[in-house]
Amino acid sequence: MRKKAQQEYDVIIVGSGAAGGMCAYVLACSGVKVLMLEAGRDYDPVTETPMFQLPKDAPMRGAGTKEKPFGFYDATVDGGWEVPGEPYSSAEGTDFRWWRARMLGGRTNHWGRISLRMGEYDFKPRSRDGLGFDWPITYQDVEPYYDKTEMLIGVYGSNEGLENTPNSSPGVLQPAPAARATELLTKKHAASVGVPVIPAHLAILTERQDAARLSRELWPNNALAQRVTEDSMRSRAACFFATPCGRGCSIKANFQSPTVLLPPAVATGNLDIITDAMVREVTVNAQGRATGVHYIDKTTRVEEHVSARVVIVAASALESARILLNSKSGLFPDGLGNGSGAVGKYIMDTVGAGVGGQIPAMENTPAHNTDGASAMHMYTPWWLYQEQARGQLDFARGYHIEFGGGRRQPGFGFMGGLSSFTDGAYGARFKEECRRYYGSFMWFDGRGEMIPNEDCYAEIDAQGVDQWGIPTLKFHWKWSDHELNQARHMQKTFASVIESMGGNVTSTVHEDGARAIAAPGVIIHEVGGVIMGEDPGRSVLNEYCQSWEVDNLFVTDGGCFVSNADKNPTLSIMAIAWRASDYIVEQLASRSL
Amino acid sequence: MDDNKKPKRFELPVVGAMDMDRRHALKIMALAAAAPSLAACDTGEPVLDVAIAPNPPMNPKAKGTAWDPDMVEPKVMWERTLSSDELASLAVLCDVIIPADDRSPSASSLGAQDFIDEWVSAPYEGNQRDAVLIRGGLLWLDRESRERFGDGLRFRDLTQEQRHAICDDICYEPNTPEHLKAGARFFDTVRSLTSTAFWTTTEGMTDLEYIGNIPQTSWAPPPPEVLRHLGLE
Ligand SMILES: Cc1cc2nc3c(=O)[nH]c(=O)nc-3n(C[C@H](O)[C@H](O)[C@H](O)COP(=O)(O)OP(=O)(O)OC[C@H]3O[C@@H](n4cnc5c(N)ncnc54)[C@H](O)[C@@H]3O)c2cc1C
Ligand code: SF4
Repeated sequence: MRKKAQQEYDVIIVGSGAAGGMCAYVLACSGVKVLMLEAGRDYDPVTETPMFQLPKDAPMRGAGTKEKPFGFYDATVDGGWEVPGEPYSSAEGTDFRWWRARMLGGRTNHWGRISLRMGEYDFKPRSRDGLGFDWPITYQDVEPYYDKTEMLIGVYGSNEGLENTPNSSPGVLQPAPAARATELLTKKHAASVGVPVIPAHLAILTERQDAARLSRELWPNNALAQRVTEDSMRSRAACFFATPCGRGCSIKANFQSPTVLLPPAVATGNLDIITDAMVREVTVNAQGRATGVHYIDKTTRVEEHVSARVVIVAASALESARILLNSKSGLFPDGLGNGSGAVGKYIMDTVGAGVGGQIPAMENTPAHNTDGASAMHMYTPWWLYQEQARGQLDFARGYHIEFGGGRRQPGFGFMGGLSSFTDGAYGARFKEECRRYYGSFMWFDGRGEMIPNEDCYAEIDAQGVDQWGIPTLKFHWKWSDHELNQARHMQKTFASVIESMGGNVTSTVHEDGARAIAAPGVIIHEVGGVIMGEDPGRSVLNEYCQSWEVDNLFVTDGGCFVSNADKNPTLSIMAIAWRASDYIVEQLASRSL
Repeated sequence: MDDNKKPKRFELPVVGAMDMDRRHALKIMALAAAAPSLAACDTGEPVLDVAIAPNPPMNPKAKGTAWDPDMVEPKVMWERTLSSDELASLAVLCDVIIPADDRSPSASSLGAQDFIDEWVSAPYEGNQRDAVLIRGGLLWLDRESRERFGDGLRFRDLTQEQRHAICDDICYEPNTPEHLKAGARFFDTVRSLTSTAFWTTTEGMTDLEYIGNIPQTSWAPPPPEVLRHLGLE
């Protein structure tokens, strides 16, 4: 898509994912003229999603490849652990994996849709245990934006009133779908080892949105915003409880930026989008104000410049840090807004560890449909706050548990490991054993909080340049014992849950947390690198994602995170981006920007 | 316009079949995709009435590369490499692994050997390793057949008992004698690929009584017999 209709823009937004999409929606709805630059190609989930296609219709039955690591049908374009022509590197001893996508909407097209709020503790972790940093904002500051974001995008779930697991306001959540049999079985047995199971929160419509009410509540006194929002909500169908969300959703029942945020923003007439536009750097004038951005037009390989009063960088946490570091000038020799030296520092991922199990009680379960909303209906929030506070655990922060299994659609690799359960069955016996074991496997994955540290950072790789001539990133990483011990705790807990179900643990449960933990980046919740704070000497942004040094420069994606709670980050990214956008609207109106 | 009052997806036949054939799937896709642009009617009930396509419409096309393939109309982008002779041997081995029975046909009759051909011909490192393992393994299997059962006999010429005599020795690596370990790795790889090939077909999924990939009007709790089976009543 290439459209530059306006002569002048108030705001340039770099990136069209969760953060860029949300800023574009809020600003365009507020009458601000916005130009969005997206490095990836135009992408339309309505026409491009392979909803019902089966593994047998795909090359190699849909197996993952270098180009499509999560399978052929995964809604990732020009991305994955590698992006063609756009390398990155790791320092010796670091094995960082960086998942990117080059498409309109970025990773919101294929993300897992898990949408958990950070709680009160999560904004003030240092005050609680002396580690990491406190945010310059509280849960109360963000709460209204969580409500608004959930109302807009549609999130199913329930209010359980559990510790540090916030309720949404009345009328905000979509109804949680009924639990699957495997989830009920897990709930029953996990309770015996003290592990609670409650409805999960995912950005999926289980019902059609009440478009008239929601649009009025979201935008009182703004007729344009009400209209585009209401129209957009009406265009979305409810989930029909079939087809994998990771492929995207052609009926717009789940959240993707190109189905939920961009269409209403474009409908205001205030948003233009240029795709295939790879931003290299933010430009500044002699006064040190941002003037616009240089980007490479990927279709012509020519460098272009566009200008605006405000620049929002929302290219995903690490890409945003990269753009700032590459925006060097006489006034900003170490990168734009990097007087603190904090750009690229304190990057975090989520702690991940998993265990699988085979549950004899689930063998020969009567045939039934387990599709549901494709992803989890139930999960386990962190439940050991009290034990942690009493010092009974050897790690400081919590994790939640995602799990699943049962009679799912057979795909690539189906029953590939059955040999070890059956002493090498083949022939008629193999066939029988496949029938018996089908649907009897479960997996449990922990998603835990990592504490930021000095040893985890990204810098410009002196040797690296991508195919657009832009210097690339090099990653450095070191876990602390908090993460390693947490990963070990995860595996032990999952093994005990599986055993409580009468099951057999099928993965190695490591004593050494370093062997249990997933490589950094692999959980794809990378945040930090452009952290916000109260002290301009130690942070890059203020609480509104505004650069301390360049007041018309904002970074509204996960780069601003100063901690990375176990709650998957995207809902918080969008809530914080909305809050920052409101601030930008005010500042533009008062001519402060 | 009466037909268009309701979202089309609720009118789809909820077929009992496990598999939706591709054409059917595409038709549903098209309907689902069309739903959002249905024009509003006079009833005032919430209809899918907004033109969601921004102006100018987003109408992108996949580049058709491995990084950006057409996911709606998938295509295999490489030539198959196994010879007809290799395929014939593989077909016999696939059927030793998954024979026909009263619930479903054999693996080769559903093209398992062709899937393995597609797999070993793919331009990826792991696949190329499997190509060596499998092509070498097929030759090894014929040689083992000659050594055990007489000159001129290939694996596919053996009786079922004779085939089993070899496979019994290589079907489970931990129990396999040292000099047959490579044979066991070959067998295990073919078994895994055959399993994928077979169970992902319509016939395989029907055999498993897989139910899903069918649009529902609502999501119900698990049926009582399932809860009973799991002790959840
Ligand atoms: C498989 C998977 C599952 C996930 N599951 C979950 C989940 O369940 N819950 C959750 O909360 N999070 C999940 N995530 C993480 C989630 O996708 C991200 O947190 C979220 O997409 C971040 O939004 P963003 O806008 O910062 O970045 P992105 O969504 O990555 O969007 C950034 C956009 O900016 C563009 N861009 C980058 N550099 C440039 C440049 N120089 N110039 C122009 N454009 C540029 C990119 O092409 C991209 O389109 C998952 C991620 C993956 C991959
Ligand atoms: S499960 Fe529901 S939300 Fe997800 S892709 Fe299918 S219809 Fe869409």
